[in-house]
Amino acid sequence: MGKVAIKANGLVKWFGEGDTKTTAVKSVSFEANFGELLYIVGPSGSGKTTLLSMISGVLKPNEGSVIVEGNDIWKMKSDEIADLRLNKIGFVFQDYHLFPRLTTVENVAIPLILKKMDWDESLSISLDYLEIVGLQNRAQLQPFKLSGGEQQRVAIARAIAGHPDILILDEPTASLDGDTGRKIVEFVKTKILNADRCVIIVTHDSRIYEYADSIMKMEDGKVIGFERNSVNII
Amino acid sequence: MIKQFRGILKIAFKLLVNDKSKFIALLVGITFAVFLMIMMMSMFSGMLARSAAPVFNIGAKIWVMDPAVNNATSSIPMPDYVLSNAKSINGVKYAVPIYFGNALVKLKSGAYQAVNVVGLDDATLFGRPELIAGKIEDIYAENAFFVVKDSEFRKLESPSIGAQFEINDHRGVIVGVAKVASSGLFGVPTLYTTRHRAITYIPTTRFTTSFVLIEPKRESDIPFIQKQIKKLGYQALTKAEFVEKISDFYTYQTGMGMNVLMMTAISFIVGLSISGQTFYTFILENLERFGALKAIGAKSHELISMILFQASFTALLGYGLGVGLASGLMMLARLRLPSYASQVTYTNLTFAFVMVLIIAGVSSYIGVRKVLQIQPFDIFRG
Repeated sequence: MGKVAIKANGLVKWFGEGDTKTTAVKSVSFEANFGELLYIVGPSGSGKTTLLSMISGVLKPNEGSVIVEGNDIWKMKSDEIADLRLNKIGFVFQDYHLFPRLTTVENVAIPLILKKMDWDESLSISLDYLEIVGLQNRAQLQPFKLSGGEQQRVAIARAIAGHPDILILDEPTASLDGDTGRKIVEFVKTKILNADRCVIIVTHDSRIYEYADSIMKMEDGKVIGFERNSVNII
Repeated sequence: MIKQFRGILKIAFKLLVNDKSKFIALLVGITFAVFLMIMMMSMFSGMLARSAAPVFNIGAKIWVMDPAVNNATSSIPMPDYVLSNAKSINGVKYAVPIYFGNALVKLKSGAYQAVNVVGLDDATLFGRPELIAGKIEDIYAENAFFVVKDSEFRKLESPSIGAQFEINDHRGVIVGVAKVASSGLFGVPTLYTTRHRAITYIPTTRFTTSFVLIEPKRESDIPFIQKQIKKLGYQALTKAEFVEKISDFYTYQTGMGMNVLMMTAISFIVGLSISGQTFYTFILENLERFGALKAIGAKSHELISMILFQASFTALLGYGLGVGLASGLMMLARLRLPSYASQVTYTNLTFAFVMVLIIAGVSSYIGVRKVLQIQPFDIFRG
């Protein structure tokens, strides 16, 4: 097992106050390592997305800390967290959130452009990433002209274009059929995951559990099980 | 700095222009507002410029008049002692009378046409126009008149030298064709003659001096001259002051200024409403993309720069199109209507530009507020 990529300590997050107060995540701690494909699984409302948001520097926890490559991210300033997201973490959103007014290759280039890379150079590098996901012949099309699976792959290409150490996929198979969903996750496992990268997938799709190195089960905001390489840790 | 933002601004540009329907709606809104504002203000500027045409055309440095006079075409005749006194004031190089009157002329075709008649001082011909045909000394010939070749010239059946007409049963002869800097406001042709002939041919009141024109020895003498004229119960205004007085009269005392101001304000509100609302819709539709950018790692100031760029680009393009459209229409109108009184001035352009900046600013503010409120977490939650 590789070095620790993300370490979460006692994360707590609640929303609302008084009678409307709802605790979404209740004292969750875990580690995700480089070279590991970690699944966070559980039913809807179990706190998966809230946990994901906290470990990726998007949502501040009420309690606890998140250490990414040795840095406590919630002690950083907002611009430093934005830089961390840009340079260390790649996101594949559930609804992809591709830009319909940009071409596929321009969508992939976004993290590079945000890193202030020259426009033409960004597009050139993005074409290489589109080749990795097998869509180089779709580079000049707009995303809405692509199938759901192809859009998912564009979103993955965009997420890895910034060369992140940590890749986070939120419900990657939610809007895909079973076969396409399995192909996407298999692609991530074989082509994207490597010894220097940690991949975290949030899902409640049990059909893709077979690809996981570790599975963290959540229910009602708590971790109810942690299985690493088919060995129960919790 | 700009190089660093170039890529982000290019994304902003593509997001804007590739959403063709919204982009066109935004452009139409701003273009229409600028067009209306420029048209209204230009028409008003043109009218104001023409209302002061005699002041520009005569070119005297100081105009003496009754204090109740508020424009050059409706003067109150002054007694001769005003001229005599003016001549005796220290600092006055020379002072001459001038007569402005109106008459009906009967043309060769038998048609009647109203004209403005300018009676120049017989001795000096001070304020005479530049001749493009004929000789200046011919004005002393019998029944002699110069005609001004401006947009109203054709109303006198485009007379040439030697053409004859009747003016109050007197014979009139065109002995010269002149050009002037500016035509009058009311679409009436202008004839020049000597003051003596003018008051002989046209029925007049007891006094016949419409204005006394003064040339000071030095610019520094002007305040003293004005003070001495005031002691006589009259008013001496510099050319600029007289033009301003005429402008103020048309702006504040005829209702014209208020109407133009209201139309300009309405144009601004229409432009602001269309552009603001369309831009707001544009931002709303792209809100989740801005949120995604934030989640990926874009900083707030980068998103703000994108929105400012989009609003500024649209505003400036709309401004250019609006000015171009207004100028084109004015040129077209001038081709068809030579007397069309409309002029684009730097003041008009600056005013419209400021209004457009306000439209862009308000639209951006709405967009920026919305974008800063969106949290990347909302993107995760879908």
